[in-house]
Parts: sequence; structure tokens; C-alpha cells
Amino acid sequence: MSDTRNISVVVNGKSYQRTVDTRRTLGDFLRLDLGLTGTHFGCEHGVCGACTVRVDGTAVRSCLMLAVQANGKSVQTVEGMAEGDILTPLQTAFRDRHALQCGFCTPGILMTMAEFLEENPAPSEADVRDALSGNLCRCTGYQNIVDAVLQTADTLRKTRDAA
Amino acid sequence: MMSEKSFGTSPKRKEDFDLLTGRGRFVDDIVLPGMYAAAFVRSPLAHARIKSIDASAALAMPGVHAVISHHDLPATLRERRLPLFVPHPTLTSRMQHALAKEEVCYVGEPVAVVVADNRYLAEDALHLVEIDYEPLAAVSDCKAGARPDAPRAHADLESNVVSRMLSSVGDIDAAFRETPHVFKEEIFQHRGGAFFMECRGVIASYDAVEGALLVYVSSQGPHRIKRALLDLFDLSDTQIRVVTPDVGGGFGPKGSFYAEYAAIAACAMMLGHPVKWIEDRRENFVATHQERDQYWDVEIAVDAEARIRGLRGVLTHDNGAYTPWGIVLPWISVATVPGPYIVPAYHIELRSVLTNKVMATPVRGAGRPEGVVVMERLMDRIAREFKLDPAEVRRRNFIQPSQMPYNVGVIFRDGKQVVYDSGDYPACQDAALQTIDYDAFRARQAEARLKGRYIGIGIGNAVEGTGLGPYEGAAVKVATNGRITVSTGATPQGQSHKTTLAQIAADQFGVSIDAIRVETGDTSKISQGIGTFAARTAVNAGSSVHLASVKVAAKAKAIAAKLLDVREEDLELRDGYVQLAALPGGPGAASDNARQVRKSLAELAVVAAGMPGFAMQDGAEPGLESTAYFTAPQSTYANGTAVVEVEVDIETGRVTILRLVLAHDCGMLINPMVVEGQVMGGVAHAIGNALFERMLYDDQAQPLSTNFGEYLLPLATDVPRIEIVHQETASPLNPLGIKGAGESGTIPTIAPIIAAVEDALSPFGVRILEAPITPQRIVELLGDAALGRTR
Repeated sequence: MSDTRNISVVVNGKSYQRTVDTRRTLGDFLRLDLGLTGTHFGCEHGVCGACTVRVDGTAVRSCLMLAVQANGKSVQTVEGMAEGDILTPLQTAFRDRHALQCGFCTPGILMTMAEFLEENPAPSEADVRDALSGNLCRCTGYQNIVDAVLQTADTLRKTRDAA
Repeated sequence: MMSEKSFGTSPKRKEDFDLLTGRGRFVDDIVLPGMYAAAFVRSPLAHARIKSIDASAALAMPGVHAVISHHDLPATLRERRLPLFVPHPTLTSRMQHALAKEEVCYVGEPVAVVVADNRYLAEDALHLVEIDYEPLAAVSDCKAGARPDAPRAHADLESNVVSRMLSSVGDIDAAFRETPHVFKEEIFQHRGGAFFMECRGVIASYDAVEGALLVYVSSQGPHRIKRALLDLFDLSDTQIRVVTPDVGGGFGPKGSFYAEYAAIAACAMMLGHPVKWIEDRRENFVATHQERDQYWDVEIAVDAEARIRGLRGVLTHDNGAYTPWGIVLPWISVATVPGPYIVPAYHIELRSVLTNKVMATPVRGAGRPEGVVVMERLMDRIAREFKLDPAEVRRRNFIQPSQMPYNVGVIFRDGKQVVYDSGDYPACQDAALQTIDYDAFRARQAEARLKGRYIGIGIGNAVEGTGLGPYEGAAVKVATNGRITVSTGATPQGQSHKTTLAQIAADQFGVSIDAIRVETGDTSKISQGIGTFAARTAVNAGSSVHLASVKVAAKAKAIAAKLLDVREEDLELRDGYVQLAALPGGPGAASDNARQVRKSLAELAVVAAGMPGFAMQDGAEPGLESTAYFTAPQSTYANGTAVVEVEVDIETGRVTILRLVLAHDCGMLINPMVVEGQVMGGVAHAIGNALFERMLYDDQAQPLSTNFGEYLLPLATDVPRIEIVHQETASPLNPLGIKGAGESGTIPTIAPIIAAVEDALSPFGVRILEAPITPQRIVELLGDAALGRTR
């Protein structure tokens, strides 16, 4: 039970070396060992998506991944999105569109949608709903989240066109 | 610079920046020095006697500090059960112990608590606690449990029926005697649980020197949690502080006081270390309160014009194993049935039945959606029997705006008659029908059927008591540095109180909402509080913020008038100053002259605070502050109409919602964006209740749906774009004309989804008298209909 490993992980651009229990989840590692409490556990069985973080760019459930599996990898959490007080276009759109109420599921949704938008720069509403269907939100009824993601795609497209 | 009125606008939320950047602070994010973690040993059986508990193996594990069961608890917790806050003369109450004493009455009931260095170790040890149970017969179904020969949910109960209450208006026998048009229905309803995304959680920390207990808890109101702790531990008022930080959804069940809170507080006091317990999702499915089953056996009498003469019947309600909310939940159901319709005679017998399941307490809508389903199913039945359009039957029965205020006659749970204060129900339904182009629907339906598609439409109308008493307070204070703080016992779980309450205060101070700090959910910040549930905060806390802000602003003006030697009525508050108001019709806002003649709020607060050694001027109350506890004479009634168009796949039973319109009236809107967010979320909850969400139990009350694979919540692909129509009828019962909005999406919306599915399947003669209606059930009903087994 006290089997441990040394791991080296880059989180939000910063490098960490830690000794962890082999059974420690990535989510617990982020929350308890690094104090990054923006990542939330909603179900701990991989359904709700609240704990989603990005590992080498891919959105993963940090409740289902062990910290040791992140050894040598780069992890991004919600704390790594904004630069200081400057929100990303996705975060800004969430604020503009009232896409969050209690905000507990929001970090996981931001992580999931950030990856989705990188792969789908011009999604339809149906595409967004499909991509979002792996995340549970009990407050919003999803509509404002869908609108925020579509607004972000629009904003990013305009920025690209301008460049 | 602030010049616009904030009330009625949709500024960006004050809450969002922190929540979007991972800086929110939920209970599980709080780490105290030396803190231990706890895990609960829970009953695996729905009903059993505890013969013995052996914790020795668990205690021997390294890192385990304690295993505490009932007999280890402090004396007060062994002697006392959790307090009942809403007793009723008809109720034989059953409250539970912090940890089960000798009998367990539902799967998930806490029996022992393991405290260890961390949660991993606590859960390891959990499985080493040996408990010998003697199984007892369990009550799983409430209707079966109401029979005299049923096994008892508690071994010493005389009957599982713990309350029988009659709601009676008018001459019901005459109503049924005088008309031949009587229609009878048996309706089964199941409402699932809250399933907020953040499970419950609590941290207790005890300072033995001060004798002070500090509790952080994810709740809907820390004041009532504190009150329960005061009842259970013999501490003084100032020795207990309960704080609720950010809350990841509540929807009702976080408004209860739970056994775990008492047990964790005891652990912290016994061990001298802070102790944290965070509920995991599996526990959440078995140990957090839910709504559940109601059987309605009802009949309605109507005259030849399809106008209601009377409605009578029996409601059998599954209460679960204990009675933490008394009979509040089924009572609200009973009081909601008449809704927007004239029901001259009404007679419902409520039977609340104990079962061996986790307790049923209010979930978003609090029994109202069930009442609405009953009435609206009866309306549709009348329409079918009289071959009338369902909308027309409703029109014939609506209470008219000219009849306001309207006394329904039913006694509500506050002991007063239900009196609707305002609203235009016919107009609300018309607005919803027009938006969905109801008149053209039958043509759309016929066209779809030609293509082999089955579409249907349904209507749901509801009246909702909001702004429930007794009060909610607000303390508004301008500090001597000019900073404005609003403190309230209201406790948001996503409802945006920090924004909307700031908007109300901002209008009195003439500042932007960014200049107002709103503090919620902390018993040390305001003396009295009730909490956020029952769509009550905007009305109660909102009115209090308004009243207190008006007082503080007046006080600031009075002091400034003296200092500036001008008349109070010539002054205004703007951007942190009290200054000469712009002349009516004059150019712009504050003139240059006004800027010369002004005092900052900081200066005024310093004067109001007084100086050591000097008397207060004219004996004034010290401080630029005021606390108000608004209390309304009665609830204010919101209303809404949901109209839903669905398509049913008759092969798979899958229901697709094509359109969903919700027209509603929640009085004056503080913040339209926030109200629409509340409505959309509430509608999604209703969609879950209508189509997906069901807690299943076997005949020994063993729960069968204990994860999100077995219990389905609505997904982004299940919830359509929701079309919202606002009507604003000012409530006469509070200074801002507000009514509640938090449940207005949920309450009217289950009924029309069910109705629309039935309408879509009308070629097959399918009748639906149950909710939820899952794909599997739809296929079953189609099969029954094909075999001629319709009800």
C-alpha cells in the first residue's frame, strides 16, 4: 500500500519532482501535492468530466489516471489557462454568456472544450453538443455553454483572419 | 462612473473570474494544519439490527487515529437525535442519531466513522471494520408499506404511516354528486435526487482553549446547521461558527442537516485535530436526501362545460427512513395541485409512509412538479373525454387576473391559506402557445405522420409559492475607508447572489457592483439567517439589502447635509460620494458645483463612527450601517407555462425534444441573464425527471442505481435550446416587486413532456400516467397497446 515512485511532471509550464504513492490519482496529485485545487472531483468514476485536465494536450479524466502515469508528461489545468488577469477567449466567452453558475464543473468543461476547439475550429452547434456530452452540468442546462463555445470559435476565427 | 440603474440589467457576474481561473474555494479546497480525513462505515442493508462492531483490525492499521461508533460518541450525541425543525401535529417524527445506535434503517446509514491521516488510509481501514448485522424485513414500496400487515420500517413502529393529513376546501361530496362527468386516474411519480456536481462535504475544527467549534460545510444555509449543532453540543452561541464557502450546486438536499455533520464535529472535538469528510459519489447516491415516489389516486368532477367542480383523492408519499423535513415535501405537492385553475371543492388525504430508504426531502421544485403533473394529466383527460383542445380546457378553468388576489383556500405549510397575490395566467399560456405556433401544430403533426414520424405537443401550467418566510437578513455597512459590504445569511450555490444583491445595493449607493462586497454563508457575519432554497432569496434577502441600503444612504445624506449645510433632499449618492444632486432638466449628471460640495462615504463613515471622548451628535446610532430582516406577510406566487413538442421513435422509445417554450412570470427581474440561466437549468432538471432519472430499488430496498452509468442525468445532447418568454407582474408583497425564479423552469415542465409523448403516441392509444417515462417503458407501453392492454 505504501508503494511509491519518483515522478517528474511539468504542470502549467512548471517542472515538479515528487515522490508519490503508486495509487495516487493524478487529480489528487494536482490538488493535494501541488495545491492546484481548481481541478474538481465530481464522480470519481469517469462519467462527469469535472476533473478533466490536459496531458500532453489531450483531455483526460484525472480521477481515472494515476499520478505515476503522468511521469515525464506535461499537464495543463484550469490554473494554466489565463495569463495573470487576462482570460483566454474561451474563459471570456463563458463569462459573457453566463455559461457557469456554481462553477464546479466549469474547469473540466473548459479543458474539454479547449481541446475540442483546437481540433474543430469551425464547429456546428451539434458538434459542440456532441463534444460536450461527456461533461455533466446540473446548473446551466448547457445552452449557454454551447453558445460560449460557438462564440469562442467565432472570436478565434476572426483573430486568425486578421492575422 | 456609475449612472445607470443596475436593477433590471445583466452585468457580468462578480463570481465568474475566480471560478473560471481555478480560484474558487469549495470545502474540499480548504486545508487546515494537522487535518485528518474521515470515511464512513455505512449500512449495507436496508433494515437490520446491529449485533456487534469490531474495529480492532482497522484501529491497528498505521495512520488510523480512531474508529468511532455510536457508543464512543460524546454523551449528548448518544442521548439526543438530530433535531426536527418543522414539526407538525399529525406527524409521528423519527429522527436519526449521528451514528446508528442498534438498528439501521436504510442502505447508507452511517454506523461508524474512521479517522486517518488521509482519505486513502481511511477507506482502507473502512473495510476492516467488522459489523455483525441481523437482517430485518424491509419496506421498499410506500404503498405496500402503508398496509397494516406490512413489515415495519423501524422495529418498534406501530404503523409506517407517520402522518395522515387532510386538505379540504368546499363541499366535495356535493361537487361529485351534482355532475355525471367524473374521471379517475392513478398516477405514479418518481422524482430523482439533486445530483449536484460537488458532493457534500464538511470540515470541523475545535479550539479546546476557546471551546470554539469552527465548521466549514457545503450547505444552503449555515445558520440552520449552526442551530442543529447548538442543539446537539452544549456550547454557547458564540462558540460555534459555521461557514459555507463556494458551493457546487445544492438544489435542496444541501439545505438539510445530516448525521455526518454531527459525527465529524464530534471527531474534531474528541481528537483535537481538524477533521475533513468529503462525500464520494457512491455515498451521494445512498446517503444524500432525494425526492422519490408518490402515488396519486385522484378523481375530478367537471360540469358539462368542462369546468372543474371538484377534485379528490389520496396521495401516498415515500418519506424514506426518517423525517428530517417532517411532511413539508408532500404537503407542498398537495397545495400545488389546484395551480392556476378554479377548483371550488378540493379534498386530498396525504399519507406519508416510512420506508427503508434514504430520506425524501425537497429537490428543486420541492414536490410542486408532482402536483402539476397530477393536475395537468387530469386536464388532458378532460380534453380527451370532451373532445376539446387541451389549451381550451385550461382556458375555461383559469383564474382570471381580475380575481387577484385569489384565495385558493388550501392551507399551506406555513399554516396560512394559499392566496395568490398577482399574475395573469391566461396571458402566460397564450404567450407560450403563440411562441410555439400551437394553432398550426395539428397540421405539422398530420404531415409528420404521413412520413412515419410521431410528434406530439403538451402543455403544463403551474403556480409556485416563492419567497417563503420567515425572513432573510442583510447587514449593509460602509467602513471608515469607504468600502461597502453587504452580509447576508443567504447562501448561493450558483444562483449569483453576489451579483444580484450587489445590483440592489449599488442602486442606492450610486456605484458599480464592483464597489460592493457581498458576503454570504457565514454565521459570524450576520446574526440570523435561513438560507437559500424555495426560490426565496431574491425576495427576502433582496428586499433586506434594499431596505438596509436605503437606510444607510439616508444616514449618509443626513450627516453630509449637516457637514455641508445643505438640505438632505438636495443630495444624492454617486461614485462613493454624497453630493449635490444635478438639477432636474439640467445638463449631465453631477455638475462642477456638485463636485465642489460633496463628502466621500469614507469621511461620512468616520463621522458616523464617532471620536473617542466626544458624544455622538444628536444621540445618533454609531456607524454608517444598518441591518434589515425583511419578512413578508405571505409567499408571493410566480407562475409559468411550458409547452413542449417532442418526437418519439417508436422502435427505440427514444424521445427527442423538438421545441420547448417556457413563458413565466417571476415579477420584476433583477438580472435577466441570471433569471434565464436559472430557468434553463431548471428546465434541464425537469427533462431529467420526465425522461431519465430514476433511483431503482429492489424489493429489499437495496438501491440498484448508484452511479452515473445507471442513473442518467440529461446531457448536452438531450437538452434542447429553450425559448423563454418573460412576463413581469410586480409582486405587491415586497418593495422591489420581486418573485422567485430558481424553480420556475422545473415546476411546469415535467407534465408537458409526458403529455407530448402521449400525444405523439395517440395513434396507438398509449396512455401515460407515470414519470419518468424512459425509452424502455415507452416500448413496453407500445407493446401493451398493441396487445390491447391499454389502461
